[in-house]
Order: sequence, then C-alpha cells, then structure tokens
Amino acid sequence: MNRIFVIARNAFREAVRDRVLYNLVVFVLLITASAVFLGELTAGHEARTIVNLGLSAMLVFGAFIAIFVGVSLVSKEIEKRTVYAVFSKPVGRGEFIIGKYLGLCLTLLVNVLIMGGGVSLALLYVGGYELAFSIWGSIALVFFELTILTAVAILFSSFSSPALSALLTFLIFIIGHFSASLRDFAENLGSGAAKVFFNAIYYVLPNLSHFSFITNAANGEAPPVSMLGGAFAYALVYAAILLSLTILVFSRRNFK
Amino acid sequence: MSYIVEIENLTKDYEVGFWKKKKVRALDGLNLKVESNQIFGFLGGNGAGKTTTIKILMSLIFPTEGGAKILGEDITDVKMHASIGYCPENPYFYDYLTARELMNYFGELFGLDSAERKRRTEELLTKVGLDEKDWNKQLRKFSKGMQQRVGLAQSLINDPKIVFLDEPMSGLDPIGRREIRELIAELREQGKTVFMSTHILSDIEALCDNVAILRKGKLAATGKLDDLLTRGGERQIFEINVKGVSKERLQTLIADVPTAEIYAKPNGANIHVQDESDIEAVLRIIKPSGGKLVSIQPVKQSLEELFAKETG
Repeated sequence: MNRIFVIARNAFREAVRDRVLYNLVVFVLLITASAVFLGELTAGHEARTIVNLGLSAMLVFGAFIAIFVGVSLVSKEIEKRTVYAVFSKPVGRGEFIIGKYLGLCLTLLVNVLIMGGGVSLALLYVGGYELAFSIWGSIALVFFELTILTAVAILFSSFSSPALSALLTFLIFIIGHFSASLRDFAENLGSGAAKVFFNAIYYVLPNLSHFSFITNAANGEAPPVSMLGGAFAYALVYAAILLSLTILVFSRRNFK
Repeated sequence: MSYIVEIENLTKDYEVGFWKKKKVRALDGLNLKVESNQIFGFLGGNGAGKTTTIKILMSLIFPTEGGAKILGEDITDVKMHASIGYCPENPYFYDYLTARELMNYFGELFGLDSAERKRRTEELLTKVGLDEKDWNKQLRKFSKGMQQRVGLAQSLINDPKIVFLDEPMSGLDPIGRREIRELIAELREQGKTVFMSTHILSDIEALCDNVAILRKGKLAATGKLDDLLTRGGERQIFEINVKGVSKERLQTLIADVPTAEIYAKPNGANIHVQDESDIEAVLRIIKPSGGKLVSIQPVKQSLEELFAKETG
C-alpha cells in the first residue's frame, strides 16, 4: 500500500512540475474572470453566467488534463524506459497503475479546487454569495466525472498509441454525455439489432449524465446528497473496473 | 551447490510484422548457473540476447519458454526484487527529479526509512563520483555519463545481494570507467554478486571471474575466464622469444619444424610452436647460429580472439 502512495506522490510531483498544467488552470481562471465582465452584458444574470462559464470551462479543461495527462501517464514511462528501473524494484504492475492513477486524481483534485476557488471568488465579487457555496456540490460531480475519464485514458494507453488513446477517450467523453439519449433512441428503434447495440453502448460506456449538474447549479440548486453519493459510488465502481482491466492488460505487457 | 542465478531453458520469441505473425527467436533454450560472490561477465555481439536475458530476469519481458530463479526465488516473484539491483543499458530516469530526489524515491519503493535513504543517497552518489553540486540538479540537465553514474547509484540503494548491470561503462570517459571498475571490484569484496553485460573486453578481463558468451541467443561458452583463455580449444601455443637472429635467417634454419611460425621483432623474432618437443628442436638450432634465448612462455589466446571465435 505504501508503494502505491509513493508512486502517486511522484506522479503528482511530475504534474506539479509540468508548466502546461499551470497554463490550463490560469486559462480557466481567466475565463472565469472574463465571465464577470460578460455578466454585465446580461443584466441581473452575472452570477448565473459566471457559474455556467466557469464550471463548463472547469469540466472541459479538466477533461483535457485527464485525457492528455492520463494517456501519457503510462505510455511516456514505457517510451522513455523509466519503467525499467521502477519494475526492477519490488513494485507490482498493479501497484504502479493504481499509484499513477491516484497521482493524477490528486492533481485533478487540486486543479478543480483552484478553479472552483476562482469561480467562488468571482461569485463573491458580483454578490452571488449563496451560489459561491452551493456550486461546490456540482464541482464535486465534475471531479468524479474526471476520475472516470482518467481511468478510461489509462486503460486505452495500456494497449494503444497515445494519439489513438486520446481520440478514443475523447469519444467516450462525448458519447458518455449522450448515452441516456442513445438508450431513448434505441427504445424508439424498430430493428432488434440496433436496439441491442445502442443498449449495449448505454450499459458498457460510462453514463456521464450522472454528473451533469452545471445548469441546475447556475440556477442556485445544489445536488442532493443522494445524487452525490450515487455519483461517487458509480465513479468508484466504474473506475475500479477500468483499472482492473488496465492491470490485466498491463501485467502481460512486454517492455521491449 | 546453491546458485544465485539459475536460468533454465530460457527462450524468447519476438512477434514482428504488422500482424505479428512472424517470430524472431532472440533467446534459444539458454541454461546458465551463476555462483554467488563473483563478477560474472555476460558477453555477446549485438543481438546475441544479452539484454533480452537481463530483461526477462527483471520481469520486464516474459519468456516464451523456460524460466529462471534469482536467490532461489522465481523471477515472477517481485518480492525477490527487494534483494537485487539493476542498472539498465543507457539508463533514463524521471528528468523532472533531481539526483537526490530520484534516489529518495527509489529508496521509498524499497521501504527504507528516511534516515537510511539520506545516508545511502549521499554515500552512493559520492561513490559513483557525482559532484555534490550536481545532486540537486534536475536530471534533464545531466550528461549521458552523469545519468550512467546515477543509474549505478540507484541500483545499489537497497544494498542488494546481486546487481545486474547492462553495459555499465556505456557513456563514461576513461576516468569514469576506471572509477566504476573500482566500484564494481569493491562490490565483490563486499560479498556481492555482479552480473554484468558489456562489450568492453578489457573490463571483462580486468574484472570478471566467470563469463558466459552468447551467440545468436544460444550459450556458446561458459566458465572461468582463465580456463576459457588457456583452453585454446584445439591447440596450445608456446612463444619462444629470441634475439640476435633475424626472421629471414630463422626461416631457413627451422624449416624442419613444421608447426613453427615466425614473427619479426626488433633485434630478433618470436617463434610460435604447438608442441613441447618442438621447443627443444628450435632451441637446438638457435644456439649454434648465434641466437640468444630471451624467454619461453605459453600463449593465452586473447579475449578478443575468444570473443571473435565464439560469436563469429
């Protein structure tokens, strides 16, 4: 267990020393700041605009980090051959994968907290005191969603190229937000095969609509505890399944 | 007798091509046993299977057939890695870490406590000849030679019983090579076993007690270095060093000694014969002709000759 945390801490340190991440966080904070001025154009709706724009930017840029850092997390280690020295130590491949995953989740958590803090400060600036606190439930949902996306990115990168892994993870991110619509679409289809296909997609791919609450948050709603608990459990189980598959693939991999 | 490394029928096929249907055999039924407390040289030309063998031993790649044990434990047991060290060929580490941080990180993976990690880090970075001013520099600023030194230091962080070094002198200047050679010799004095692959034959000659030579994935020869060099296989050669008589004159004088080969040298010649009885025949001829005997000695084949013969 200790080795997992050691690897996680090192993965976090790697991310912290990568300037690209700082740029992304600064970019989101700039978007949030610009929302303050944009809100003035929509009189009376400053706070709502800030929440919509701020949380959406947080989700998109968080997804960007989860996909690109997640994909390179393992592939970079193989490509640069840094895994050679690591696996000559008493480190199991499963420990390595879980450690790397937790390290990136910690990075995402810190990023989400900084970006969320920026949105809250912007809300306090325009007088949206209640929203400044009520959005944090929605921010937690964004974080849960990103943990699933990270696990998807790591799974793909364990057996395919970084570019293909990034593309596939991005597609899952898009489809995941529309999977409920896909099921509804399947229900209305006459053909049995198509019905089975779309239902399969619905059940196999992550249903990211469980984590969508940005519009409600902009209207001052906070996600109920049951929704938060359900989303947390869903993310935990889904990520655990994906990581198990990743470990299974990664454990058989030759590092030529 | 217990062996620190036991390799049995180790075979590795790499699948190549787009559909991975073609197989290339990198290692072919390798059997090898290595005793403890020695420096074991692992030789072979490019593509002979040296790195493949070491990678299998480190569980970086998996054998197609066969298996191996290190310290009596199967190589699939990663717990055994607590007692081994490994420095890969042309090592590359996390370039965002400093040398000190890297050593600390690997020390943590071995479960060493903080004080022990600090002590070992400082001791080893000093021992591999890395200037103290470089300890807190990020590895991305390190030259190839400095990376190599860090690679050797990290392979010893856990005070291993056996250390595997894949081309440990690669990228080092002559002084660096000498320092690392001394370090490797010191490891043997400490009772450790060093399993070392290298292309640098002078290092093998200077350091290794036993060697194994690989050729196209198969074991071509193994044993004590001295035995392999003096074995000469088919023939034993004696060198008779004489002065005061030229090569041309000797050629006419000893034409009756069929095995003799004459090599010119300043003020005399070296005569190589294959039989002790031929030595007497040559000596009988040289003295009356004004030649003077300087020395007679058996000739070992050089490691280079042995290497060329076994890997050619």
